[in-house]
Amino acid sequence: MDLRDIQSIRAVIARGKRWDVIFSLLGLLALMTGVLTFVALFADMTIQGAPRLSLDFFTNFPSRRAGEAGILSAWVGTTLVMLTTAMAAVPLGVAAGVYLEEYAPKNWVTDVIEINVTNLAGVPSIVYGLLALGLFVYQFGLGQSILSAGLTLALLILPIVIVATRESIRAIPQVIREGAYALGATPWQTVRDHILPYSSAGILTGVIIGMARAIGETAPIITIGALTFIAFLPPAPYQETLPFFNFDWLMAPFTVMPIQMFNWTSRPEAAFQANAAAAGFVLVLMTLAMNGLAIFLRYRLRRNIKW
Amino acid sequence: MIPATTSARLKKRRTRHLRERVIEGVLFLAASISVFTTVAIVYILVKESVVFFQQVPLKDFLFDTQWTPLFDDAHFGIVVLLSGTVVSSVVALCVAIPLGTIIAIYLSEFAPFALRELAKPFLELLGGVPTIIYGYFALIFVTPLLQKIYPDLPGFNLLSAGLVMGIMIIPYVSSLSEDAMRAVPMSLREGSYAMGATRLQTALKVVMPAATSGIASAYILGISRAVGETMILAVAAGMQPNLTWNPLEPAATVTTYIVQVALGDLPHGSIGYQTIFVAGLSLMLMTLMLNIVGHILRKKYREAY
Repeated sequence: MDLRDIQSIRAVIARGKRWDVIFSLLGLLALMTGVLTFVALFADMTIQGAPRLSLDFFTNFPSRRAGEAGILSAWVGTTLVMLTTAMAAVPLGVAAGVYLEEYAPKNWVTDVIEINVTNLAGVPSIVYGLLALGLFVYQFGLGQSILSAGLTLALLILPIVIVATRESIRAIPQVIREGAYALGATPWQTVRDHILPYSSAGILTGVIIGMARAIGETAPIITIGALTFIAFLPPAPYQETLPFFNFDWLMAPFTVMPIQMFNWTSRPEAAFQANAAAAGFVLVLMTLAMNGLAIFLRYRLRRNIKW
Repeated sequence: MIPATTSARLKKRRTRHLRERVIEGVLFLAASISVFTTVAIVYILVKESVVFFQQVPLKDFLFDTQWTPLFDDAHFGIVVLLSGTVVSSVVALCVAIPLGTIIAIYLSEFAPFALRELAKPFLELLGGVPTIIYGYFALIFVTPLLQKIYPDLPGFNLLSAGLVMGIMIIPYVSSLSEDAMRAVPMSLREGSYAMGATRLQTALKVVMPAATSGIASAYILGISRAVGETMILAVAAGMQPNLTWNPLEPAATVTTYIVQVALGDLPHGSIGYQTIFVAGLSLMLMTLMLNIVGHILRKKYREAY
């Protein structure tokens, strides 16, 4: 092999390495686009919304005067809707996940259920709004209430909860089940005393991610016809007389954070844009906190579990 | 005494057995909610659409070039709404597919371990930001920025909504594609390196073809997210029906039309009320078609190792 050959081979290698470096830079750049967008979004909202972020903003009702408007009815509405969603989605989703992993026989019925869960995860959220409008609001006569909205969002996040439940149940080794059966436990005792406790952290992660998704959903709630201007609170869930709590709030009209923000965004006056930015800032912090908690939980989980 | 205890034990076992069956039944009911949901969606959409198509011939619905369902001179040309959906989705995919794919290749084949561990949760956060926030960002931040480059751009336009939508979809595309690439066995890469290929050559000519089926699913998911996205467009693209293929114009999409009608006060059972279910049905048919295409692609390109 003479010198010229070696040099040309070296040139080929150098060219290949150059392209590797160029692509690495391109990859970093692409990643940075995402990061920078997020930073710009967050910074812009913080700067625009900062003047409005005071205690009054959280304790005032929306108002026609931008400077006095607040998010009291919005955050109370969001809290109550999320509560309803969790009450419906968590038991249903966990039960469905347990059934599919621990009980379901291998037959066409199970296949149909599994295909449905996968497909529902891909249905656009606004279609859930239409379902709720036709079914909950008019067919069942629940009206434009917290209950309608909570159930709608519960259906929306059900696939997320089911998939998370299944995945964390699947991670439990078979020997745990066999040990329980060997001691004479029934399937339900095995699930109750072993499967559910061991998978609870994973399920919790999935539930938090689902709730973070639900808290920001706007389209389905607009579709059921939730009002955008609510200057009152739903009836309080507690009372002086027995039994000290009531569920009147379930049927109350309401607004939620993203709808309040949408309402302010679609107004032409600049003062309302500042309100929108402040509401958006609070909303992003909420979802970031929830997602961050889920990521942290998953990280801890991966590190701690050694079967 | 032995027979008595045996019968007591048998009795206990019977109630226990019964309880197990009941619990299994309850769990099965919970699991079948998903089937009921699908059936209910199809039932509600089709029920209202049937009433609609009794009043509007299918030919007008498909070929009319105006969408004015609430005017006296009502026209029901779905093409008008579809044009907005198609244009905004194409803009979004022009951002999301190249960037998402590059990020996936970079994270799966090039990035050091620490960076990947940092980038994945971050991308997840990016995908978890509520879309109304992205809509606000498109309207307040991106549109004025674009107006500096192109001063004639109207305040509402499909371009800025589409661009931001693209950024929103990146995590969906990149995370699924990366999973698919990471699932490609190491031996394929080692074989490629042994033949003297560089990292980039290996990534593009060995890993990507082997992961085609997963990457195709990622793209399909990205497309269906774009088609179904609502709030970014409702905030930043205006909600006026407009038959256009130009991203610089404002336009309504299938989804934002539903929002616009829902914001008003439409009487239950009117033709305007039915149009939003027809729009919803069109949307469902589009996502169904995408799912079928995805299924075919996955089957065609599936590689077994």
